[in-house]
Amino acid sequence: MAVTTCFNEMYEKGRVRPPYRQLEDWTRAMPAELREMKQAEAEALFRRIGITFAVYGEGGDPDRLIPFDMFPRVFTAREWARLERGIKQRARALNAFLADVYGRGEIVRAGRIPGRLVHRNAAYEKSVVGFTPPKGVYSHVVGIDLVRTGPDEFFVLEDNCRTPSGVSYMLENREIMMRMFPELFRENRIEPVDSYPEKLRRTLASVAPLKCEREPTVVLLTPGHFNAAYYEHSFLADLMGVELVEGADLFVEGEFLYMRTTEGPKRVDVIYRRIDDAYVDPLCFRPDSMLGVPGLMDVYRSGGVTICSAPGAGVADDKAVYTFVPEMIRFYLGEEPLLNNVPTWQCGKEADLSHVLAHLPELVVKEVHGSGGYGMLVGPKSTREQIEAFRARIEADPDNYIAQPTLALSTTPTFVNEGIAPRHVDLRPYCLVGERIELVPGGLTRVALTEGSLVVNSSQGGGVKDTWVLAE
Amino acid sequence: MILTVDHVTCYRYNRPARALVQSHRLMPSNCAGQRVLNWTVTVTDGIAGGTFRDGAGDWIQGWTVPGPVSEVTVAVRGAVETSDQAGVLRGHRELTPPDCYLRSTPVTRADAALTALAAEAGGAGEALDRAHRLADLVADAIAYEPGVTEAHTTAAEALKLGRGVCQDHAHALIAVARAAGLPARYVSGYLFTEAGRDHEAAHAWAEVWVHGLGWVGFDAANRCCPDDRYIRLGSGLDAADAAPIRGIARGHGIERLEVQVAVQAVQQ
Repeated sequence: MAVTTCFNEMYEKGRVRPPYRQLEDWTRAMPAELREMKQAEAEALFRRIGITFAVYGEGGDPDRLIPFDMFPRVFTAREWARLERGIKQRARALNAFLADVYGRGEIVRAGRIPGRLVHRNAAYEKSVVGFTPPKGVYSHVVGIDLVRTGPDEFFVLEDNCRTPSGVSYMLENREIMMRMFPELFRENRIEPVDSYPEKLRRTLASVAPLKCEREPTVVLLTPGHFNAAYYEHSFLADLMGVELVEGADLFVEGEFLYMRTTEGPKRVDVIYRRIDDAYVDPLCFRPDSMLGVPGLMDVYRSGGVTICSAPGAGVADDKAVYTFVPEMIRFYLGEEPLLNNVPTWQCGKEADLSHVLAHLPELVVKEVHGSGGYGMLVGPKSTREQIEAFRARIEADPDNYIAQPTLALSTTPTFVNEGIAPRHVDLRPYCLVGERIELVPGGLTRVALTEGSLVVNSSQGGGVKDTWVLAE
Repeated sequence: MILTVDHVTCYRYNRPARALVQSHRLMPSNCAGQRVLNWTVTVTDGIAGGTFRDGAGDWIQGWTVPGPVSEVTVAVRGAVETSDQAGVLRGHRELTPPDCYLRSTPVTRADAALTALAAEAGGAGEALDRAHRLADLVADAIAYEPGVTEAHTTAAEALKLGRGVCQDHAHALIAVARAAGLPARYVSGYLFTEAGRDHEAAHAWAEVWVHGLGWVGFDAANRCCPDDRYIRLGSGLDAADAAPIRGIARGHGIERLEVQVAVQAVQQ
């Protein structure tokens, strides 16, 4: 794949695309010294806020900043409207799928998805079969990772139905840009994103259990300060005006869940949990876990508290199940998918496997349960030795891998040492699902800062950008 | 047959626990061949949680005991009218797809010996015949002998040892059935034995999914299928998953457990 054929979101055939016109003037008017000064200022602001991201497996400084690129990424109102419809459609279908596979299981019985992929999936939670969470919602925050390959071509890379992280960057990136470049926000009509925390709080409150007869009490459950996303947990709790709690702050008594407060126990109705299923309740899942609350699952399953996202929601964002999302959209909504999947080969299927093994240098290969950009092979960017080593891993456990073509990810202008240069980007919008489905106009744009690199994960040295949606 | 159950579990702590949380699967299943005449579960100083029926059709109830707790007694007493269903679980409403029970767990993982045992039953014939052959093979391979295995003994270890109790037979049968491609699960419940003596523990057996027939119980430890001497409580992937009582005590004390189970037949 030649990088030169990528869609550049700012320049098309030598001309500036309309959404970027103001920014063209802005960068032209900015001397290099000013840019460096601003970049240093941005970094100082991020440090002061304390927004850092631990990088797994790399060792070194756990308080490393995710590099922030000041060059915004811009969508027109028309582009966004189309994305929004597609994202909401997908979030609806994913939730319908979860309600189905934990209920009557129609999609499996209809033969539209193999039962084996669902029922034998480690993320399929047997203990919640037959239980319907309030309003039938399983995934309350759906993070859908999108890439762009042309003016109107978007593909979904993966769905995140459990607890997608990174939304604090969406909010902070905007905040910092507004502080540093207020004139940009006067000259451009940019849709605000700062309503996200309030919308999240409303979404969570809207799924309070039936047994809750008053204004619901919402808490955010974190594994604690050693977690890589702890900053985000405290940031969101603060902005929502809800308590940030750890497992030890909560206890079960009778039919309900309570939090310890200085004024005595207070009943909790909704938990926005940022811990994995396996740690939610040692009585139900991992008995060795100290992070969760003993007895929580019984309270949940008898309708005393709502857990967001619902335990078991992960079966919908599994990379093998991903292939079937377009089918879910047709099956549950009777609609054609507005956003396409990336064509995917399942190494567990013999025909797919032989294709994958024959085309490794051209493909991206991922572990079915992997995340964060680990355990993957980017064929075109790998050496022969790396490819051969990966081949052995696939052959040893084909079921564990899927492969996709290497997409020509779009680029946006990015500040680099030499000035401004195109770098590949993706996009993660955060769709809220409660009584209503809502999407704030924006998301997290991740950028691969290394020239030619296609890996945007922050854990692999990617950066972030402010993402603008222009008002009509 | 009318069976009465008197099942008392006593937990004692050398240093009082700050609180106790339990999850019970102690109600007889709603299925053909079991009619509850009366049934009570009591927990000393316990606060009952919400009760619900899970996807496998089991009645579950949470309990909490506020601390400090030095001693807690869980007493199950009741009477059930039973009839022989030839081991087949009928009239039992459940939603959990049978192929969920093809997953293995650490204690039911099939090692080379268990896989070989599964192969010995052969892949030919009706699933029901294969399940019977597997149950016989397990009964032959593991002699009933209390005291040689413990709660965490795996199916592979029990087979290697060649001895064990009902839990080991059930785990081994589950492991070989799954290895043979048959969904299988662990069932906990009670068994009436003619000797009429008290048991130290409740009983357990396995159920194997037979396409067209449904779940069929096999008690390899007693070389039979469950009949009217059995009371079924609930199921799971293994003993821990199907446990009638699961609990956690917060505190640093050492827990001592005493269990008394008496199952008797009422003269009609």
